[in-house]
Amino acid sequence: MIDTVDQAARTPEVEQPYLELGLKTEEYERIREILGRRPTSSELAMYSVMWSEHCSYKSSKVHLRQFGEKAPPSDALLVGIGENAGVVDIGDGWAVTFKVESHNHPSYVEPYQGAATGVGGIVRDILSMGARPLAVMDPLRFGPADAADTKRVLPGVIAGVGGYGNCLGLPNIGGEVVFDESYAGNPLVNALCVGAMRHEDIHLASAKGVGNLVVLYGARTGGDGIGGVSVLASETFDDEGPAKRPSVQVGDPFMEKLLIEATLEVLHAGLVEGIQDLGGAGISCATSELASNGDGGMHVWLDRVLLRDPTLSPEEILMSESQERMCAIVRPDKIDDFLSHCRKWDVEAVVIGEVNDSGRLTIDWHGERIADAPPRTVAHEGPVYERPFHRPPWQDALQANEATTIDRPGPKEFLNTLLELLASANLADKSWVTDQYDRYVRGNTVLSQPEDSGMIRVDEETGRGVAIATDCNGRFAKLDPYAGAQLALAESYRNVCVTGAVPLAVTNCLNFGSPEDPEVMWQFAEAVRGLADACAALGIPVTGGNVSFYNQTGDTAILPTPVVGVLGVIDDVDRRTPMSWGPDGELIYLLGDTRDEFSGSEWAHIRGHLGGHPPSLDLEREKVLGEILVAASRDGMITAAHDVSDGGFAIAVVEMALRSRVGARLWLPDDVDPFVQLFAESAGRAVVVIPRSEELRFTEMCAARGVPAFRVGVVDSGLGADTGHADGSQVLQFGEFFTVSLDRLRDANSATLPALFS
Amino acid sequence: MARVIVDVMLKAEILDPQGRAVQGALGRLGLSGVTDVRQGKQFIIELEGDLDDARRATLEELAGELLSNPVIENYTMTVVVDDEAGA
Amino acid sequence: MSARIGVVTFPGSLDEADAARAVTIAGGEAVSLWHGDDDVKNVDAVLLPGGFSYGDYLRCGAIARFAPVMDTIIDAAHRGMPVFGICNGFQILCETHLLPGALTRNDHLHFVCRDQKLRIENTASAWTRDFTPGQEIVIPLKNGEGGYVADEDTLDRLEGDGRVIARYLDVNPNGSRRDIAGITNERGNVVGLMPHPEHAVESLTGPSTDGLIFFASALSSLMAGAGQ
Repeated sequence: MIDTVDQAARTPEVEQPYLELGLKTEEYERIREILGRRPTSSELAMYSVMWSEHCSYKSSKVHLRQFGEKAPPSDALLVGIGENAGVVDIGDGWAVTFKVESHNHPSYVEPYQGAATGVGGIVRDILSMGARPLAVMDPLRFGPADAADTKRVLPGVIAGVGGYGNCLGLPNIGGEVVFDESYAGNPLVNALCVGAMRHEDIHLASAKGVGNLVVLYGARTGGDGIGGVSVLASETFDDEGPAKRPSVQVGDPFMEKLLIEATLEVLHAGLVEGIQDLGGAGISCATSELASNGDGGMHVWLDRVLLRDPTLSPEEILMSESQERMCAIVRPDKIDDFLSHCRKWDVEAVVIGEVNDSGRLTIDWHGERIADAPPRTVAHEGPVYERPFHRPPWQDALQANEATTIDRPGPKEFLNTLLELLASANLADKSWVTDQYDRYVRGNTVLSQPEDSGMIRVDEETGRGVAIATDCNGRFAKLDPYAGAQLALAESYRNVCVTGAVPLAVTNCLNFGSPEDPEVMWQFAEAVRGLADACAALGIPVTGGNVSFYNQTGDTAILPTPVVGVLGVIDDVDRRTPMSWGPDGELIYLLGDTRDEFSGSEWAHIRGHLGGHPPSLDLEREKVLGEILVAASRDGMITAAHDVSDGGFAIAVVEMALRSRVGARLWLPDDVDPFVQLFAESAGRAVVVIPRSEELRFTEMCAARGVPAFRVGVVDSGLGADTGHADGSQVLQFGEFFTVSLDRLRDANSATLPALFS
Repeated sequence: MARVIVDVMLKAEILDPQGRAVQGALGRLGLSGVTDVRQGKQFIIELEGDLDDARRATLEELAGELLSNPVIENYTMTVVVDDEAGA
Repeated sequence: MSARIGVVTFPGSLDEADAARAVTIAGGEAVSLWHGDDDVKNVDAVLLPGGFSYGDYLRCGAIARFAPVMDTIIDAAHRGMPVFGICNGFQILCETHLLPGALTRNDHLHFVCRDQKLRIENTASAWTRDFTPGQEIVIPLKNGEGGYVADEDTLDRLEGDGRVIARYLDVNPNGSRRDIAGITNERGNVVGLMPHPEHAVESLTGPSTDGLIFFASALSSLMAGAGQ
């Protein structure tokens, strides 16, 4: 028997399984207050998914406000936080939308489908802004590389990311693969998508126009992911917890490809008044959000939803997370046209509702009213928590334990240290992963991994393009969440500038443990505060992002991992700065200051040490450095550049040499300890390569801006014979310390991942 | 109604890397002595009405043309149910 | 008047825009053709682009092969029209039996995207006549089901007739028999190639501009009056 509104009004004492659905008692009581009666089981289902942590952001809202409150003024911002994704103006009438999202828990349960549907979800978010999706990127984090479970999870995730993205025809232009034991039971699969459109094509998720039709189109609705949102994302993986039936969604990229083409056609034909994709919380989310944002009311005939599984109950239909579905608001005089475009692409579509101005979301099932609620209370006025937080009692001791306590290698061990770092899982060559992704499709990929940013040409005539980088050092964030989040932004910002693009906007994916743990909540609060302050200092606003809580197993939370993505614009992609250096004789310069900073470094990590303070950060210096890199790129002063980060200067130059396949002669400044010079991870640095003819102009520019610039080397392809290697072989000579062939460096760097995962 | 099962397998001389991968996995998961694994496809086709000779011939043709690629695959066709009253 | 080359879009095709760009850069006029329409708009040649037509359901290219547009293209191919199948297009051509053999799952079971070195061994076909015999090129390869197979007799015949148009060098990326990257039919008008020349037409976005030569070849063939 169907639980109707009348029934609910008549039977207030009925016991409802709100706890099993993830709602707390106070939340259930509040729903009763809002409705003036007990909820029907359909309303209960809707509120339970929409008020889950993943959908409502109840633990994070109070902190995330800072992104808006502290937002620097930005002429480029067209759509800010609150919509599916942020939109920025990149000039010439082009708008770009981008966002990063998480799909962590499902990827632990079912790596392939979890990762695949993560890609699918973020692509639909971008599509629902009115943009054609242009590229994807994936910041990924796993447990230790040699752990048995990593061998289960990693290959599945990579195959899923590639399997879905490749089939959609979206080039994968960058991302990260990071290993740390804290991710062992909680891999992080963050997926980013970027899309572009002309200004006039920007669409928002609102249902305006009384009498307009609500159309559900795409895949049929089935039992995928029922309860996935509230069940998986709001609870941690725990042996003793209630048995959570894994309810992972299964993706069909072919259907999504058809959805993309059909959607872009109807958008460009002006047939759509509002649009929303169906992600977490499926139909509950799409209808309540569209209704809230529009004229305030909507009526839905739930029995009209096309089903894959005819046995689904209304509650299950409302909660289903079947993939590849979108919801559009279409005027009655345009519906036939809309449907014919769908038919052309073999995409099923059905009218399931109507916009009205009742201020209520009403849902009928075969003529009986099963839901009648104010949509804002479902979509936007969920609980807001002020979770208690406090600095962990162990934080001081952690910070006091600097990496200065570890024995440092002498000059004779520098080469071995370098080889050890190159072979370590975090610094090893990632081709085993990235060769499983199509980077060529669409023919507009100008830079992709392992370059510092992924760069896409948006306008084939003018060459205007965008660059994106994502970064986060979770170890730095553990040592100091405020500074760690700022360092993540600084690195991402620097990576965009290093390729010649001007940073415009920020997205973020904040991956943390349980918000019910005050120490984790402190990490979160500090990270958000740090990121908001840094965005203000650098002058670029956060346009949107995602929070993923409950990434912990038992009491052990993951490293606080605030992944930051920065988007920049470049006038002409032809002028971009790659990381390969050019002809012999070009000069290699190191910009910025190198300090004795090893706490949280890759070198310390290999030695099993995590403690101390992360590298110091000077945001003003980062800004100036960025301006120099962009100006130099624009004016043709530099031929190559690379950010200095994990592993320090030595790793940066090795990466450039391996990419160039050409050697160089390097020397270290006299006044700096060589170990520090080679491996410290100070922020605010980049390696640039300039033609001799530009040296004076470039160094004068650096001096004028107060940025130290040290000449540290010269490109030299003929060093092989001079240094006892075979004639013609390429080598790197590090001052008087050691000379090593690129072949040896490449072997150390490239063997690790294939050996572990092939 | 009728139910027809079409099993499609790669020809013996065609490399089956998926079958080989499954063979490896079986061994790693504790099943010793697996000498070969080949992976194929099964189509279960439900038809209303009966399966007269003409329809059967069409199905046979499609099994050899659409459901399988004769260059690299073999198929077998089995009629499981064929009656007018329904199963 | 430049030659008109039709580029087919199937549901799930991905590289048709890139193929059209390649045709344009090479000097031809790219004409968009829809899978559901048997009218090929009087084009002079046809390109079947890369992608995952029909999601690679059943087998790669197995469903696309029965599209209305393919009936027209098969007829035209039999009458000598130049037809070029790239990646998924190659798979479709094999499924239609315009080309012998089949493409199967990569032997290492992974999707692979790499800059692939090839040797062009047949410069008589409509799509390779502008190469020099034995020319080595580098163009992107990206596939999960790129392993070319055929029985020994067929392989021997292909070799004997010089119908292998391109062979993998340095690395065999997918387990293709005899390192075969591309083949042509007896007449030399239908060519299938696994790697993607349309992604090697601009130095800004590709490893070389070697890919352009395939498209330029077709234009030269048409100018020379071949493929009537």
